[in-house]
Amino acid sequence: MYLNSLKSNKLISFSLGGFLLLAIVVAAYLFWPRPVWNDEEIAVLRGLWLGSLESLPADASNRYADDPRAAALGQKLFFDTRFSSDGKVSCATCHKPELGFQDGKPLAQGVGMTNRRTMTIIGTAYSPWLFWDGRKDSLWAQALGPMESPVEHGGNRTQYAHLVAQYYSTDYEVLFGSLPDLSHLPPNAGPVADPEAKAAWETMSPTDREAVSRIYANMGKAIAAYERKIMPGPTRFDAYVEAVLAQDWPKVETILTVSEVAGLKLFIGQANCTDCHNGPLLTNNDFHNTGVPAAADLPEDMGRALGVQQVLADEFNCLSAYSDAALAAGEESDPCAELRFLVADGHDLVRQFRPPSLRGVADRPPYMHAGQFASLEEVLNHYNTAPAAPAGHTELKPLHLSKTEIQQLIAFLRTLNGPVQADPHWLQAPAAVSSH
Amino acid sequence: MKTVNPIAAPVATTWPKRSRFLAWTAGIIGGVVLLALLGVVAMIWRMNYVPTDLDLSTTRLSAQGLYQATIRPKVKPIPVNKIHTWVLRLESPNGQPIENAEIRVDGDMPQHGHGLPTRPQVTQNLGSGDYLIEGLKFQMGGWWVIDFEITANGSSDKVSFNLMLQK
Repeated sequence: MYLNSLKSNKLISFSLGGFLLLAIVVAAYLFWPRPVWNDEEIAVLRGLWLGSLESLPADASNRYADDPRAAALGQKLFFDTRFSSDGKVSCATCHKPELGFQDGKPLAQGVGMTNRRTMTIIGTAYSPWLFWDGRKDSLWAQALGPMESPVEHGGNRTQYAHLVAQYYSTDYEVLFGSLPDLSHLPPNAGPVADPEAKAAWETMSPTDREAVSRIYANMGKAIAAYERKIMPGPTRFDAYVEAVLAQDWPKVETILTVSEVAGLKLFIGQANCTDCHNGPLLTNNDFHNTGVPAAADLPEDMGRALGVQQVLADEFNCLSAYSDAALAAGEESDPCAELRFLVADGHDLVRQFRPPSLRGVADRPPYMHAGQFASLEEVLNHYNTAPAAPAGHTELKPLHLSKTEIQQLIAFLRTLNGPVQADPHWLQAPAAVSSH
Repeated sequence: MKTVNPIAAPVATTWPKRSRFLAWTAGIIGGVVLLALLGVVAMIWRMNYVPTDLDLSTTRLSAQGLYQATIRPKVKPIPVNKIHTWVLRLESPNGQPIENAEIRVDGDMPQHGHGLPTRPQVTQNLGSGDYLIEGLKFQMGGWWVIDFEITANGSSDKVSFNLMLQK
């Protein structure tokens, strides 16, 4: 019996030793201090990494897009409040450099109140569509929208043409050629809401209207050249992905917290965020109905369903006479392909809006196209519960995330904050303008 | 087993009891380890999940066997968020080019229930059964299906291609 006991004890000791060894190996595998990203996830992380952002492609519709003289003029126009009906509103009124080129308000406020949240300018040069509803198809055409809006800049085309001739004729003519004689034109005229300016516009000859609209389009092209300089800078998230790609595990450990990494895992996994927020700018710049509630006290907003009609009819779109895209004809890729092959109708477009880049998102409350949500918590609770859309169909499905998981996602979103990538002199009003 | 006084038992007679205890411990540890392993396997499986038996070939026979179609994207791998063009080659099952076909293009994401973000179209008959398709765009990674409705010589047929795009 003693011998038997000894023998079985030995056996048990061995098996126990084996189990313990196995347990240690498995525990080491599970709890080793490095995040376990599989190859597929690493490929996704690489896709979201700022290092994957290709250099800004040329804008075939704007041949001045990469001319530094155009950018310098554009910067002056961007900050010049004379280009408004009350002399107080410039592009920078809503696109404040110190606030990441947005204004932090639920609804943009120019000379009046708009129905939409100001979008940031950072990195938008990459988007084929501008505004929440994509009613413009280039940065330069976008810049022209607010200038004629009765609630934003509130001015009109001949007013702006006169101002260009008065203050910027040298800068302008170096780029775009001689300004036409404007002396016989009314001080205020344009295809705008103001009935007097509109009537004055209609009395002008088609040649004069075309000449003024050309100056107006060139202003947009200069502003776009400036805005193309405003890009997102690297964030903690980018440093993390860089370390993951370099397989520098000790460094990986130091960049994001456990909670932030858990949030990132949810972001690219269970929470489906990368369905829309993909690519290095964390947006696909497409249009989606995510069932965002209607804003109180605002007229019904149909989103892309209306925007698509507006961009097709826009006198400054890629296929228009003011676009330089025709000059690029014969190229392999059609520069106006996005406009030519857009989805022009269908119920799917109702209340679709363009997902903004998530770079810097934590610094940009309130959220959604009319600032409906005050915090990231509210945004994520919305995505988590996936309520029905006020119109059209939501693409969301409930995510079944716990409160902890929502906090992890928010922690991750905060890692997307980073500096603006631009020469510092682009981030303030140029001296020539600020002295006025 | 004889009855043993638990306090005053001689050393030799305590072995079986101790081994029972050890066996219990081993069992518990083993169970935990097994659960952990199962968890890891389930996690890896879920992350790598793709619809099974998905035919990703770029040459396929149409539903009724009338045409053999081949897609040739101009950009490879097929990009996300970038509008681009494809060439579609149409042949009869015995390899003769199908000229002057009328082709309709559509597509969707079966798991998402939404269609394409653009309306791609055949814009040029390139000859020898080749057709230029412009305006293709995919706004997210994952499983996409592109459908072609082909009409040539008075008969129509359909062919679909599966795409698995990098997220």
